[in-house]
Amino acid sequence: MRRESGAAPAALEEPAPVPAPAPLRTVTTASGLVADGVSAWFSGRLVIESVSLEMEASKVTALIGPSGCGKSTFLRILNRMHEVTPGAELAGRVLLDGEDIYGPEMRPTETRRRIAMVFQKPNPFPAMTVEDNVLSGLKFSGKRPRGKEKDDLVEEMLTRAGLFSEVKARLKTLGGELSGGQQQRLCIARALAVRPSVLLMDEPCSALDPSSTRRIEETMREIAEEVTVVVVTHNMQQAQRVSDYCALFLAGENAPGRIVEKGSTKDIFENPKDERTSDYVHGRFG
Amino acid sequence: MSSTVVPAATETPRLGEGGPTPRALRRRSVRHFTATDALVLAGSLGASASLVWVVFYQLTFLAGAAGYVVCTLAVFLAIYYVANRHLFGRMAAADRVVAALATMAAAGVVTALALVVAWLVAHGYHLVSVTFLTRDQKGVLNTQPASAGGISHAIVGSLEEVGLATLIGAPAGVVTAVFLSEVGGRITGLVRTVVTAMSGLPPIVAGLFIYVVLITELHYGFRGFAGSLALAIMILPNVTRTTEEVLSVVHESLREASMALGAPAWRTVWSVVIPTARTGIVTALLLGIARVVGEAAPLIVTIFGSPAMNANPFSGPQEALPLFVFDYRSSSVAADIERAFSAGLVLVALVAVLFLLARIFSAMKPGTVGRLLRPSRHRRQEALS
Repeated sequence: MRRESGAAPAALEEPAPVPAPAPLRTVTTASGLVADGVSAWFSGRLVIESVSLEMEASKVTALIGPSGCGKSTFLRILNRMHEVTPGAELAGRVLLDGEDIYGPEMRPTETRRRIAMVFQKPNPFPAMTVEDNVLSGLKFSGKRPRGKEKDDLVEEMLTRAGLFSEVKARLKTLGGELSGGQQQRLCIARALAVRPSVLLMDEPCSALDPSSTRRIEETMREIAEEVTVVVVTHNMQQAQRVSDYCALFLAGENAPGRIVEKGSTKDIFENPKDERTSDYVHGRFG
Repeated sequence: MSSTVVPAATETPRLGEGGPTPRALRRRSVRHFTATDALVLAGSLGASASLVWVVFYQLTFLAGAAGYVVCTLAVFLAIYYVANRHLFGRMAAADRVVAALATMAAAGVVTALALVVAWLVAHGYHLVSVTFLTRDQKGVLNTQPASAGGISHAIVGSLEEVGLATLIGAPAGVVTAVFLSEVGGRITGLVRTVVTAMSGLPPIVAGLFIYVVLITELHYGFRGFAGSLALAIMILPNVTRTTEEVLSVVHESLREASMALGAPAWRTVWSVVIPTARTGIVTALLLGIARVVGEAAPLIVTIFGSPAMNANPFSGPQEALPLFVFDYRSSSVAADIERAFSAGLVLVALVAVLFLLARIFSAMKPGTVGRLLRPSRHRRQEALS
């Protein structure tokens, strides 16, 4: 991956980042994630059927497809947030570095710390300051960094989320007082602070204006070296700009969602094998 | 198409763009209460007042100012409807009559409360003084004038009893609300039904329950703490219901955010849900307390009352403000009745302060109370770094 320092913004200008061999970086905490035959039900109704997808470590994988085809449900299965919804059931396996996260020894809280999540609507904790929001994940797992260690951590995470320069004078204000785009980047910083191996993002830019969207896309490209990113998006251009791999979900009428085609982003957009993929990425339906 | 749209757009004056700002931006009134409307209102009132006067005092010999006012208002509504319908049509008439009815109802409530308070102030204000607030009734004979003695023992008793009741009832109430809102399970419905039933419990029954269990069965004796237990039974359901309401307003996305960061359920409740709802919970507590400060019934059979100061709620009979009012109002001596009015005034003032605090807290943004409670934390850290 040719992503030397300073090259990331330039990569954004290219319509399709080229998937490349393993990154040059040697130190990485990113883990690969494999979904194996995943199905999901809500109150007995099948919404996803036998979805298998490999999400390669240190890469950005985009899940695209029309509304209601199970992308978000699939994403929530990847960090055990699916089971939080009443009436939700699932089948299949999700392997994090080869280990099934639904295995009997795996605790959901531990899994969610390793596979962090950013939601569609920015949801910083309104009763906490910007700084406390960043540290909240650590606090929840009983760690309380102090003094310089804490300040360094807050700065590092906010910098990685592309927010530090904007809020460094406002670390003690409440999280809810930032603008929408800043709140979403605060949520990214909060998710990164627990040092996850995988970051799941559920339409992270759908509630944001173009300039905030651009900042978050930059952030995604930058953090992908250390964290595997899986992003759900409705925006074809965004998928093209940020992702290395794409998977297209489609659901028929009264039929559960399935993956129609998966592969490198370049192939999906420029050389799709399935006619439906071609139609979808060119905006002819969905 | 576009050729017609563009000139129209350029002719329309644009807001906030170009040109010198007009010296005075006149705000237009969008509510039109015209002279006609005023005349209709005044005319309807005058007509109904006159008509009812004729019927009440000239044709029949119905008596009483209250009856006159009620009948006037009823006739006013009828005339107001007919007049408006004639002038503006049926829809406008119905709208105005309903608006008038709502205004009259609100005015009625405010008047009733204002009359109670005014009456209490008129009867009670002259006794309220420093001596009245700092002395007790020990050794005061009812042949002495009302200015002898005071109600310090009742104030201290009330504060201690309500304080202890809050210490017991409020945490239990909040925890019950957390159970109903955040934990749930099969018995949620049962618990909610019990809490609702408890909030309808007659106060005297709460008092009698404590009396039977603690005083006749366990021979615990009359004391402030027995009253606290009875009041705690009254506080719990109120706090639970209000707190549950407040917790349910905390957005689900915050709970999800917390869980997605790997927080266990108890952590989510403790670190996210409760801090977010903190101002609302404080309001719920204050309203719960204000609700029981004025209860006399559960105290009659539990604290017994005492004319002397007893600052220890765990030993011997104690006095309380509502009980003092109840006892002294029942006396046949004029001085005692005066004392009861003044004590009642102090009690109402106490409740008013609690409600005022509740209003202030409920108007605050989330997190503000937390910062008020520990204001020095961040400053201390800043001083260190």
